[in-house]
Amino acid sequence: MNLNAHRTMQLYGALLLLPAALLLSTFAYLPTITTVINSLFLPGFRGEPAAFVGLDNYRVLLDDPTFWKVARNNLLYALGTIPTSIALALGMALFVNGKLPGRGLVRMAYFTPTILPMIAAANIWMFFYAPQIGLFNKLLGALGVSGVNWLGDPSVALGSVIVMSVWKEAGFFMIFYLAALQAIPPELKEAADLEGTRRWSFFWRVTFPLLMPTTLFVLINALINAVRVVDHLFILTKGGPNNATNLLLYYVYENAFSFFDRTMAATITVVILLVLAVVATLKFTILDRRTHYQ
Amino acid sequence: MNTPATYAPRSRFYYSLPALETVAAWMLAVIWIFPLLYAFWAAFHPSEFMVNFELFAPLTLDNFKNAWAQAPFARYYLNTFALVTGVVVAQFVVCTLAAFAFARFPIPGKNLLFMLVLIQLFVFPEVLIVENYRIASDLGLINTITGIGLPYVASAFGIFLLRQTFKTIPRELEDAARIEGCNWLEILWKVYVPLAKPTYLAYGLVSISHHWNNFLWPLVVTNSVESRPLTVGLGVFSAPETGVNWATVSAATLLSIAPLLVAFLLFQRQFVQSFLRAGIR
Repeated sequence: MNLNAHRTMQLYGALLLLPAALLLSTFAYLPTITTVINSLFLPGFRGEPAAFVGLDNYRVLLDDPTFWKVARNNLLYALGTIPTSIALALGMALFVNGKLPGRGLVRMAYFTPTILPMIAAANIWMFFYAPQIGLFNKLLGALGVSGVNWLGDPSVALGSVIVMSVWKEAGFFMIFYLAALQAIPPELKEAADLEGTRRWSFFWRVTFPLLMPTTLFVLINALINAVRVVDHLFILTKGGPNNATNLLLYYVYENAFSFFDRTMAATITVVILLVLAVVATLKFTILDRRTHYQ
Repeated sequence: MNTPATYAPRSRFYYSLPALETVAAWMLAVIWIFPLLYAFWAAFHPSEFMVNFELFAPLTLDNFKNAWAQAPFARYYLNTFALVTGVVVAQFVVCTLAAFAFARFPIPGKNLLFMLVLIQLFVFPEVLIVENYRIASDLGLINTITGIGLPYVASAFGIFLLRQTFKTIPRELEDAARIEGCNWLEILWKVYVPLAKPTYLAYGLVSISHHWNNFLWPLVVTNSVESRPLTVGLGVFSAPETGVNWATVSAATLLSIAPLLVAFLLFQRQFVQSFLRAGIR
């Protein structure tokens, strides 16, 4: 290929990339950069220019007990949803990978919550959690137990939100485990049977290690979702009571669109971006090196 | 990319589950589907039967009529439909072009550029709501369907998937087309796109369900009935403080999930395969 043709190819390539590059710059790179910049400035009053304040906004944020509460909630939310939904997903996959009467129905039951919008799922769970007319309290009442304020009691509310998220998420992770289970050569099972290996030890010594790449993949996705999905809070709790269920991204939303404090919103967004950067590093270092796909 | 394992291969040896596990599997399935069944129960019965399970409770469609009358669901449907169609078509075009460039063109710094694209797998438009809202408003996109969809059009995920697929297509096919006198765009259109059909299907289904269900960014960028999609309409309609009757809320909920739910039940295998294909990366 001569030099001129090579140049032409480069030009074509650049032109093909142009629409994506423009859009990504506008809605991903530029806003990321301006978010970081905004977190370093305080807006001026009455048309004065914004003043550079260095890391002051971060100091304010670190002194804000609500921020710590919200960050802690988000951590608890991640710890509450991720291991549970991964364990359930694996259990579901093992169930429907076996010989089971009505396997198709069971699989469908597990997977269906995945395709609902979070808002719809939250609406449905609202029927369970509502204090007076909710199904849970009606059932407890029928048993003669006094009801629980599932979403109004600060010590219970986050747990209620977690349960709903697990319900929504587990079936999605199941399909990845199911695909991985079906890729395990049946010879392994046959050999283990010949050796008289018990099912339990076969699972821990063969199946589970072979599923490790899937577990890591699912873990990354679950981590991202724990930061990014806050839709259900709009219906269930609005972050309350007294911020007991507030999560970082919802707190950003509140700061930006309820308190009109764009600076604080930008500063918290940077914290979220840092968390996502850690997750991305995890993915690109550990996951991509150890998995069979790519 | 290895082809993902099939979801439910036809000829395969399945080991039998012990009886106890069969029972557990079924119990879990019943628990898992119960909330949805309950929503159906609540939507099709008068509200006094919300927590009163009588087998022969009278069925009614009044809840749906009320929901339809109390909020402009027809408009919401139209908006969601326009949004989803627009986003998917635009994503196909933009991502195909970029993926083609990454797969086949000698662009200086290509690997670095590709890494930059992959950042968007983690930094989604909804994480940057504050700045994206400002940008959308500078571009005059507030309260438009374009404003809801545009930030998602250059999808790193789509570019990634299509690039992977394009890379597996043998160069010989491309050379043959060139000898036939095809130019670059014709090669893309006649060789690459047809061979990537399964990827388009998988990505399309994942994208449709994502945008049908998306909430936070559409909520922020819209403020009237004219542009709100179903999720936002439903969120506004069913916010607890509006005091709407619950049976009506569950009817509204079912209304807004019905098309996707029906599509899923009809094309279960394709949906699950798509999620798998799109997820295994």
